Amino acid sequence: MNLAIALWLSQDAVTNGAIYALIALALVVVFTVTRVIFVPQGEFISYAALSLATLQSGKVPGTIYVLIGGGIIVAVLDGLAALRRRSLKSLPESTLLNIALPLAIAAAARWSASRPDDLLLQVVVTIAIVMPLGPMLYRLAFQPLANASVLVLLVIAVAAHYVLTGLGLVFFGGEGLRARMFPALQFQVGVLTISGQSIGVIVTALVLIVLLALVFGRTTYGKALRATAINRVGARLVGISSEFSGRLSFALAALIGAVSGILVAPITTIYYDTGFMISLKGFVGAIIGGMTSYPLAALGSLAVGFLESYSSFWASAFKESIVFTLIIPVLLWRSLATRRSEEEDDS
Amino acid sequence: MYRKLLLAVALSVGLAGTAAAQEVTIGLTMGTTGPGASLGINYRNAFDLMPKTIGGYPVKFIILEDKTNATEAAKNGRELITQDKVDAFMGSVAVPSTTQLALIANELKTPLMALSPVALPPSKLEWTFIVPQPTTLMMSAVVDHMKAHGVKTIGYIGFSDSWGDIVYKSMQELCGPAGIKIVTDERYARADTSVTGQVLKIIAVNPDAVVVGGSGTGDALPQISLVEHGYKKQIYHNHGTVNREFIKVGGKDVEGAIAPTGPLMVAEDLPDNNPIKKVALNFDRRYEKKFGAGTRNAFAGYSYDGFLLLNAAVPIAAKTAKPGTPAFRSALRDALENVKNVVGTHGIYNMSPTNHNGVDKRARVLVQVQNGEWRLIK
Repeated sequence: MNLAIALWLSQDAVTNGAIYALIALALVVVFTVTRVIFVPQGEFISYAALSLATLQSGKVPGTIYVLIGGGIIVAVLDGLAALRRRSLKSLPESTLLNIALPLAIAAAARWSASRPDDLLLQVVVTIAIVMPLGPMLYRLAFQPLANASVLVLLVIAVAAHYVLTGLGLVFFGGEGLRARMFPALQFQVGVLTISGQSIGVIVTALVLIVLLALVFGRTTYGKALRATAINRVGARLVGISSEFSGRLSFALAALIGAVSGILVAPITTIYYDTGFMISLKGFVGAIIGGMTSYPLAALGSLAVGFLESYSSFWASAFKESIVFTLIIPVLLWRSLATRRSEEEDDS
Repeated sequence: MYRKLLLAVALSVGLAGTAAAQEVTIGLTMGTTGPGASLGINYRNAFDLMPKTIGGYPVKFIILEDKTNATEAAKNGRELITQDKVDAFMGSVAVPSTTQLALIANELKTPLMALSPVALPPSKLEWTFIVPQPTTLMMSAVVDHMKAHGVKTIGYIGFSDSWGDIVYKSMQELCGPAGIKIVTDERYARADTSVTGQVLKIIAVNPDAVVVGGSGTGDALPQISLVEHGYKKQIYHNHGTVNREFIKVGGKDVEGAIAPTGPLMVAEDLPDNNPIKKVALNFDRRYEKKFGAGTRNAFAGYSYDGFLLLNAAVPIAAKTAKPGTPAFRSALRDALENVKNVVGTHGIYNMSPTNHNGVDKRARVLVQVQNGEWRLIK
């Protein structure tokens, strides 16, 4: 190995690590707020990447049917709940949010598909398609059992993962897709060629991380989420709806997933089930952060990126084994070093 | 649910009376979901185009899903034989699944048309007939091309699964006698976001050519990465690579890629005196009419060739026994073992007791990506 190779590998590591870091942040947000170990996070990546690639090929992605279908189910459930409560006040809002909005997004997707060169529009539409899936998923799968144990929530998450992967296969088929590169910028720094794409990934990741920090530190919604994360019962007592926090955290997770998917789509070939592997590596990063610490999760993901990149050079056949084996010493160290928190005890 | 529906259909057909007694039943277990989905869907699609009769007898297909899971495939295989009393069965998408089916075929004495390679010694393959070309036959076309172009060293990068191993092993077998040295054995996974590490290692060694041992669109990533990092020599692929999606994903970067494949992929380019041309072209046209232009693929061809082999063997077996009986299955096996000159979409099959595959060099062609299309190298 010489310096050039080391630099190349490091560039790769940072690019991938940045994506894993985003995913790790999403997993931590969802876990701290709702105690859900969010296995389907990866599906947002696949959905976004494949929707983007489909839009670029001038077709309307099948994910809008997931969106419309999901919206209708949510609206019906909300309607039934409203009937049971004998109060139809919330009905117009629910209809607007779950039926009118998806239809509007579908119309936008159709328009975008007819303009295959409008990259910005494609990105916006892709995010608009994927992001509402988060709150819908929460409403359908997790909200009815929000107070169940961590294990039950994990089982639901696994089930949701399979459902979404299956839908992905139906709508996108078994073969992979790749989106077009964003403006093909390239910089020559010494021996290293830095692609605009990897800079884009790193900058976007940093911006998102700073934005998240601002949201959590400065805004009322962010503080409400943090309060729920720290103490669910206490947060409810001061008037923070745990349902609302749940939906908000899932919306954030879906947004992060969509952005990661858009970032990764031009770098590699994405299959309907690729997102799972990516989110699993983000999960390793999140575990390093104990599923609670944002900075540690981000650093851990970066470490995963480096480990993966260098092991793919030295022993590519064992790359995955090396990356996932990292979990064991980390868990050992964490279980010895940290005390069980109250939150884990009641589950 | 699906299973129950099929049973109901099977039952009602059974009740329809003795008219159906002479019907031949063919089972299929296929993985159209799970890791093998991208290939499995193609295998499965061919069954929408199957004729209504086989060797002059009405035929019924029973199709089960195994999710690319070997245990599931084994369960399906047993069900097809013991409950549905199939006369022969076909499957499946992945080597581990098909290997399980071959063991069951042997145990329950029912002919199996293996639609993927099988990893078993010949003694266990008494009831199994392997439709796809052996990997060494396919890769020998690549090695011949390398020899003709003075390639002395090759770098290998393949999937970190059984397919990656199979392609690597066959390259090892072929390269030794050809005097070609394999200088790297790099592995990657289909879901990897980058193969930079592996590609840098190959470029550091700078071999005369690179062989990619993945399948479908999964093969595009190493090639794109190699080209991006400035590798300018020939990149070879394998017969799992050849489909239109590979070019769609790879774009300009896969221009010039060479791969072996079955003749049906480039049926139009074949010379008119090649008997395969007519069968392959006919199948391609019917397939693309139903599933869209450019959807032709090797895997649907294997399903169809499996049918054609049975089609040739059924009339011979029917002379000695009635369909639906153990005697018929045994006769079918013997007949399959002796079919000669069955022209399929992939090759011309000549089975014998020692060769349960029966294709020769006519079953492989080399193709190259030229102007965004797979074209025959003449």
